[in-house]
Amino acid sequence: MPHDHHDHDHTHDHDHGGLSPSGHPYRADNDAPLSYWQRMEIAVRELMIEKGHLTADQVSAQIDRMDARSPANGAAVVARAWVDPDFRARLLADAGDASREMGFDIGPLHLIAVENTEDVHNLIVCTLCSCYPRNLLGLPPDWYKTREYRSRAVREPRAVLREFGLDLPDSTTIRVHDSTADMRYIVLPARPSGTDGMDQDALAALVTRDSMIGTGLPRQP
Amino acid sequence: MGGQSAGPICADQHDFALWEKRVDALMVLCSGAGFFTVDGLRRALEDMGEEAFETMSYYERWIAAINQNLVETGAYTLEELGQRMDEIAARGPTYAAAQKEAGTDGASHG
Amino acid sequence: MGPAMAERVRVKAMMPPGHVRTPSYLRGKTGVIERALGPFPNPEQLAYGLPAPEQPLYRVRFTMSEIWGDAAERPSDTLDAEIYAHWLERV
Repeated sequence: MPHDHHDHDHTHDHDHGGLSPSGHPYRADNDAPLSYWQRMEIAVRELMIEKGHLTADQVSAQIDRMDARSPANGAAVVARAWVDPDFRARLLADAGDASREMGFDIGPLHLIAVENTEDVHNLIVCTLCSCYPRNLLGLPPDWYKTREYRSRAVREPRAVLREFGLDLPDSTTIRVHDSTADMRYIVLPARPSGTDGMDQDALAALVTRDSMIGTGLPRQP
Repeated sequence: MGGQSAGPICADQHDFALWEKRVDALMVLCSGAGFFTVDGLRRALEDMGEEAFETMSYYERWIAAINQNLVETGAYTLEELGQRMDEIAARGPTYAAAQKEAGTDGASHG
Repeated sequence: MGPAMAERVRVKAMMPPGHVRTPSYLRGKTGVIERALGPFPNPEQLAYGLPAPEQPLYRVRFTMSEIWGDAAERPSDTLDAEIYAHWLERV
């Protein structure tokens, strides 16, 4: 079974035992035997620093910047769009600018928001590599990068969604978006019913990562 | 690979290791500094072929592709890379032990 | 210059080796321009470290039946992809 993500690491997980604070297995890292590719990473980083192309501070600052990005950023954008019709219009016109307007450092990201409605459900994939709105949502989940998801999402999105627990009626049109070039995509999920009167923060807590990729729906209040 | 048949989607998730985060940072910083483009990275990834996709992890393929582009653009030579990787192997048996000690230049570290 | 909105276009069916951002499964398929995205440097040049003249980029919408024929789960579901102008021909 081809896996894009590291069968050998799952083996190492047993060596480590426990789970990280986020509930995910730790990766084999500091205490596993040094691998060829880890040596290459160290060598590339050291050479680039010694030659003055990069600094160690830049590397650690970039890691901090990436770590600070999470689906919570996208959830805040979605929740604002649910309560603020003018913002929703700006988000659908240019999701990059709308995200910047909220203060998110998304760099040069070209972002398009696609809106779920009663009749339309959107699903995001990158069949060519692993394009993802990483500057807003953080790094993609492992499954997003797998051969299985990338192969199947464009051909049998309904079967894929059923695997994610989402069985859409035939009356719903599915629009799959393959991130083939310079755009990145975020799904603006439909606001769940029964959320009248909830404030923006409470609404944001309903917005899951998967609901912004299209493999899920927001939580019910 | 869009449209090819494939099995169920594995939903397992893991936290990224420090070395993986560093690979990610190297991609962002080196492409941002103009050493290569994201398309150059993708081209190198594709040129590795199907076998690499089956046998290497995501960030293993990324560091290989970053290195390929940096060598092509002359950021350092293959000799420098090879020598440094040997030095790193001699520093210690784990990723943590193989880091250059603070305050050393690494070139003479053994 | 490029195709107008809602114009029907066909993705060229050529299969050159090397890095392209046009998925194989869309080669030769006909769709409709969903929106124009503006000019972007040609990734087929960027990938090899070459000067990359800009190409208009379009979002093209295909029906699942156009792409997969009878194998489509629901024929009128759609797929949108970004395709550079030099891969598109008017129908």
